[in-house]
Amino acid sequence: MADGLVAHVDSHEHGEAHHPDLQHHFETLGQQHEAATLGMWVFLVTEVMFFGGLLMAYLLYRVWYPEAWAEGSLELDIVLGGFNTVVLIGSSLTMALAVRAAQTGLPKATVRWLLLTMALGLTFLVVKFFEYKHKWDLNHIPGENFTFEGPHAPQVEIFISLYFALTGLHALHMVIGFGILSVITWMAHRKRFTPEWSTPVELSGLYWHFVDIVWIFLFPLLYLVDRVHQLN
Amino acid sequence: MTTTVLPRVNYLNVKHTVASWLLTKDHKRIGIMYLIVVSLAFLIGGIFAALIRVELTTPLGDLVSDDTYNKLFTMHGVAMVFFVLIPAVPAILGNFALPLMIGAKDVAFPKINLLSWYIFVIGFLFTIAAGILGGVDTGWTFYTPYSSVYSNSNVLLTGIGIFIAGFSSILTGLNFMVTIHRMRAPGMTWFRLPLFIWALYATSLVQILGTPVIAITVLMLAVERALGFGFFDPRLGGDPVLFQHLFWFYSHPAVYIMILPPMGAISEVIACFSRKSIFGYSFVAFSSLAIAVFGFLVWAHHLFVSGISPYSAMVFSFLSFAVAIPSAIKTFNWTATMYRGAIWWQAPMMWVFGFMGLFLIGGLTGLFLAALGLDVHLHDTYFVVAHFHYIMVGGAIMGYFAGLHYWWPKMTGKMYSNSAATLAALLVFVGFNLTFFPQFIVGYLGMPRRYHAYADEFQVLNVLSSAGASIMGVGYTLIACYLLYSFFKGKDAGPNPWRAVGLEWETQSPPIPENFTEQPIVTAAPYGYETRESNVG
Repeated sequence: MADGLVAHVDSHEHGEAHHPDLQHHFETLGQQHEAATLGMWVFLVTEVMFFGGLLMAYLLYRVWYPEAWAEGSLELDIVLGGFNTVVLIGSSLTMALAVRAAQTGLPKATVRWLLLTMALGLTFLVVKFFEYKHKWDLNHIPGENFTFEGPHAPQVEIFISLYFALTGLHALHMVIGFGILSVITWMAHRKRFTPEWSTPVELSGLYWHFVDIVWIFLFPLLYLVDRVHQLN
Repeated sequence: MTTTVLPRVNYLNVKHTVASWLLTKDHKRIGIMYLIVVSLAFLIGGIFAALIRVELTTPLGDLVSDDTYNKLFTMHGVAMVFFVLIPAVPAILGNFALPLMIGAKDVAFPKINLLSWYIFVIGFLFTIAAGILGGVDTGWTFYTPYSSVYSNSNVLLTGIGIFIAGFSSILTGLNFMVTIHRMRAPGMTWFRLPLFIWALYATSLVQILGTPVIAITVLMLAVERALGFGFFDPRLGGDPVLFQHLFWFYSHPAVYIMILPPMGAISEVIACFSRKSIFGYSFVAFSSLAIAVFGFLVWAHHLFVSGISPYSAMVFSFLSFAVAIPSAIKTFNWTATMYRGAIWWQAPMMWVFGFMGLFLIGGLTGLFLAALGLDVHLHDTYFVVAHFHYIMVGGAIMGYFAGLHYWWPKMTGKMYSNSAATLAALLVFVGFNLTFFPQFIVGYLGMPRRYHAYADEFQVLNVLSSAGASIMGVGYTLIACYLLYSFFKGKDAGPNPWRAVGLEWETQSPPIPENFTEQPIVTAAPYGYETRESNVG
């Protein structure tokens, strides 16, 4: 069979024991780590495109209906939105510290930072719930019962639709992230991570930072459209 | 060369329980599981097509009502596009062959690979449920506001099915991209990769960048339809054309998800059965990437009559002409590969010949439609139907069958009847041309698509078309028969029945679960047929 295309080496000769977390189809932990990291980044690219479709709609209608956008944006609570922004940025910091703790082999610190990250994430979701509830009370939910007083009510409904779609999708990602971090925290508590292998913590960190960055875009796009006029 | 090692354990006979299949992480078994589901979808989509062709044998709408007809062509499109053409080559042949061809034990994420099969099946079940509960009638394109407000059919359920199945495509693309980056055998450099791998890589790029956009678009449509949100609603100032832009931003590149992997399979088969290295390897490789990139910049040629500005129409027209260049490069290089080759008339090569002719016609008629003036005349006529069937069936499905016939002995260890396979290729080729060539004419004469009745003067051409479809149907049935027969009763194929070059032919047929007994190391470029022939003699 050997006719110039391939030569063979025996892969079963290495005597050292396999790392328990090394999957059978990888040669080394390094290869496994690189594959997983690349996979996560590619996944985040798909996420960017996913939100990108909604942001495209946002862009088009904002150019078409700037007045409606200003009107709609004033309906959002800038204090709660700003508070949530600070909370999420803080959670990115604690997440980064958790990753660092895992990489340096400090399981207790890892668990502590992860729990704090989850607490901040939960805070965000609770605040978001009250924002949504307020919209519900005012009948600002798009659909049959949408009521809004103003010169551009129909276009404001488009704005509010996009607001719910964007923040709802973001909140869904937060909930999923909360679930992921729960598992990771449990694994960290069981001392599954070592300086040699902490890939899952790093990957969930990447995901968490991504969800955070999405909010960094959403906050100005939704809450800060035309606040200058309000101040004047 | 002929030292058979047959009684060895292989991936098919290593375990026999149902659970060992449903919980497998072996890329080869997952490929077979995709083969089964996709074949089922092909059968369902084919039945819808048959009903459409029977209805159109007479000018009157006498077999089915107009509403039923709308549902038939919609569900034909949905089944064929999302559950056959998009997964066929990447998920079946790619899953099976990709790790073997790069000398890996498996794809990078075997569990995610299995997960994507389950996601695909769940999406398929939702779509089937939508069909059973009364069907959907919007056309596979789901244009708003008809789909969001006025249609009384199962748009929501179908949309959910497509949304779910999309994630299967995304995960497959992600898996393949990481596999190609990180799992190559020692010595398998980028320019030693077989061209099928380059094609799968370019496809992954489109799946990763495009599919999320259709996912969010379908989600927006679902939320608008179910909850009354306003994204595309003209009553609120929303823009239905925005839906068309978002839809085609994915669905045009999706054409390249369908055609790029078969093109890759064609490159493998054509080199093997011409006994020559592929002509212009790097041009063929980079033309795949060029198609993937340019493919994202042409979507608005579907919107020339939707009211887009003349300037953007001109730009998109120009870019649509430009995307033909990399396809032409491939076609010229394949032809040059055959030139002075020792062409071996075996069944896989018959499908390649069919592909070359049909893809050429499909590609060239695409240029008609890219031309702004002509498109106004031809838009939404049977000319368009004929054009994209020449690409999707004549190109993608013929390429899929070329690849399936090429790798079948590797997948099953069994050889099918070459004469039956040659006959099937011939039947499909003749039947296909008889079905769709008349549609170019009838479309040019002005017969619109998507109606169950038509003017009397179009009947002759439509009867020809329906006659061709029955010949094609016989051809496809024949394939199912001899492939199934060979699986149970066929002769053993041996490790390398085609004397082909490539890592997948270095292991036994069917391969062992871990693919190779020893880690392969690659020391040469692919397609060394010239040196190999002189060695073998």
